[in-house]
Amino acid sequence: MKQYWKLTKERIKKFFRYWDLLVLLVQRDIKMKYRRSFLGYLWSILTPLLSMAVMAIVFTKMFKRSITNYPLYLICGNILFSFMRESSTQAMYSVIGNAALLKKTYVPKYIFTLSKVTSCMVNFVLSLGALLIVMIATHQPFQWMNLMIVVPIFELYVFCIGLGLLLAAATVFFRDIKNIWSVITLAWMYLSPIFYSLESFIESKENDVITVSTLGLCIRRFNPMYMYIQQFRYFIMQYHIEMVEVPWSVLMWRGAVCAVLMLIIGTVTFNATKNKFILYI
Amino acid sequence: MEQIITEPVTPGKIVTEQTQPGKIVTDPAAPPAPKPKRPEVVIRIKHASVRFNMAGEMVDNLKEYFVKLVKRELRFKEFYALKDINLVIQKGESWALIGPNGAGKSTLLKLICGILTPYRGTVEVKGDIAPLIELGAGFDPNLTAKENIFINGAVLGHSRKFMKEQYEKIVEFAELQDFMELPIKNYSSGMRARLGFSVATVVDPDILIVDEVLAVGDAAFQAKCRKRIKELLSRGTTLLFVSHAKAPVMELCQHAVWLDHGEIKKLGAPKHVYWAYEHQHLKRQPKPEPITTQRGENDGTDTDHQRSDTGL
Repeated sequence: MKQYWKLTKERIKKFFRYWDLLVLLVQRDIKMKYRRSFLGYLWSILTPLLSMAVMAIVFTKMFKRSITNYPLYLICGNILFSFMRESSTQAMYSVIGNAALLKKTYVPKYIFTLSKVTSCMVNFVLSLGALLIVMIATHQPFQWMNLMIVVPIFELYVFCIGLGLLLAAATVFFRDIKNIWSVITLAWMYLSPIFYSLESFIESKENDVITVSTLGLCIRRFNPMYMYIQQFRYFIMQYHIEMVEVPWSVLMWRGAVCAVLMLIIGTVTFNATKNKFILYI
Repeated sequence: MEQIITEPVTPGKIVTEQTQPGKIVTDPAAPPAPKPKRPEVVIRIKHASVRFNMAGEMVDNLKEYFVKLVKRELRFKEFYALKDINLVIQKGESWALIGPNGAGKSTLLKLICGILTPYRGTVEVKGDIAPLIELGAGFDPNLTAKENIFINGAVLGHSRKFMKEQYEKIVEFAELQDFMELPIKNYSSGMRARLGFSVATVVDPDILIVDEVLAVGDAAFQAKCRKRIKELLSRGTTLLFVSHAKAPVMELCQHAVWLDHGEIKKLGAPKHVYWAYEHQHLKRQPKPEPITTQRGENDGTDTDHQRSDTGL
């Protein structure tokens, strides 16, 4: 036990020693992302806006039904999901991409994974500007409650770190995971209520009893992205349908449990395999 | 211990004076070396072995993994890169690792750096390590030299504040003042080596690891590097040095390890170890005292060869 504490203390000390490296790597990623592009950081806002516009045009006719302010509904789901997709894809390359460095010097390897997820997070925060624009354009009233979005954002950040660590470790041993992962994220996107709502899964509506189909139930219960996106939407546009959507307070702790669980899985996998990385990268 | 230090330094001074006569006067003399009262062990390697998996072909994707799993073809062929290494290195010592390619020199250095973990045995290291294993390995080709200095410094564990203070000193040592805003991809390998060396030795590291890197810079810079290493040594840095050239080893190191096929063949003073090494590997009739300066003086015919040898 005493030894365990000593190890933990050492690890924390090491983390702070490499804190500056983390900051520099995040700065580098952000700088490199828009270097030599005319609009620069504006792209962080433009990309989600444009993709929202495309989706809005395509899906307005199909899923309008009860969703008031569909553009805002879309962009909420979209920016959160693209953060998850971006960060997990970037994190996947974080260890194999820095092979040259990791082969030569000792650096805690998770720093690279963490820096990738964090730089995606910074990018996500910039894209909140797009959200703001849509809120203003659609006359969505601002409320104090909007600030609560930091909770699902933080939960998602922790979740993505865990996921990133898991993927980074797995990709070292199995390079084809990156091919599989793009398919998985595609499926995941369709299984998350980004452009549709859970309302579409209502099978019957009799005397105030609403039955939701099995797929809808599964999404509601097991899809972590649903937990974060629905919380986010509730805080931004008070989107909530009784009996269909899970109340935000429940989602908040479920999301937290999910995030911590993912972090544990990721950390344990990464830790167990990190000493073998050098033989495969 | 004092005796051993002074011995290899003296022939080196001659070389630096030959190549860079002006520098010695201008550079401030190293402060007096704080000599430890009791020798302090900085690296202790006990029965360390490193094992690699040398499967016929490397399985690095899921598809192949499952195919082989089903076909029962997942073989693991063991290969020991290091076998039962025992080594104790004390503070302030300078060690040369010599041996043919693939003998395990770099593996041993990686073990000490903490990049590799031993399969068996233990490795204890005290203090900060500045690895020069391939200078500038951490450079991002798309970033400018200035940005890379800061990232490389952070990789070595220095804070940003510290790097800001030391920045001028690093640039000055590398003599690359005019190229700081240039992306590293436009740098030559020699320029990159200069920058890497400057960053790595900006502080006095407890342990400095130099792996076959001084061969890239030009003669003047190489001499400057050796001078810097000597300065560090005099201030108590421990040096681990890998080189295939004999002259710098003789100049800088008091001890040598000869590695072959992952095992320590011989351990001792560089000239004795080199004598044995050359005897076996170069299949040459070894001279009783194979120090180049002596040979040059005696023969007189060999001087050209000797000069190029020491000039490395």
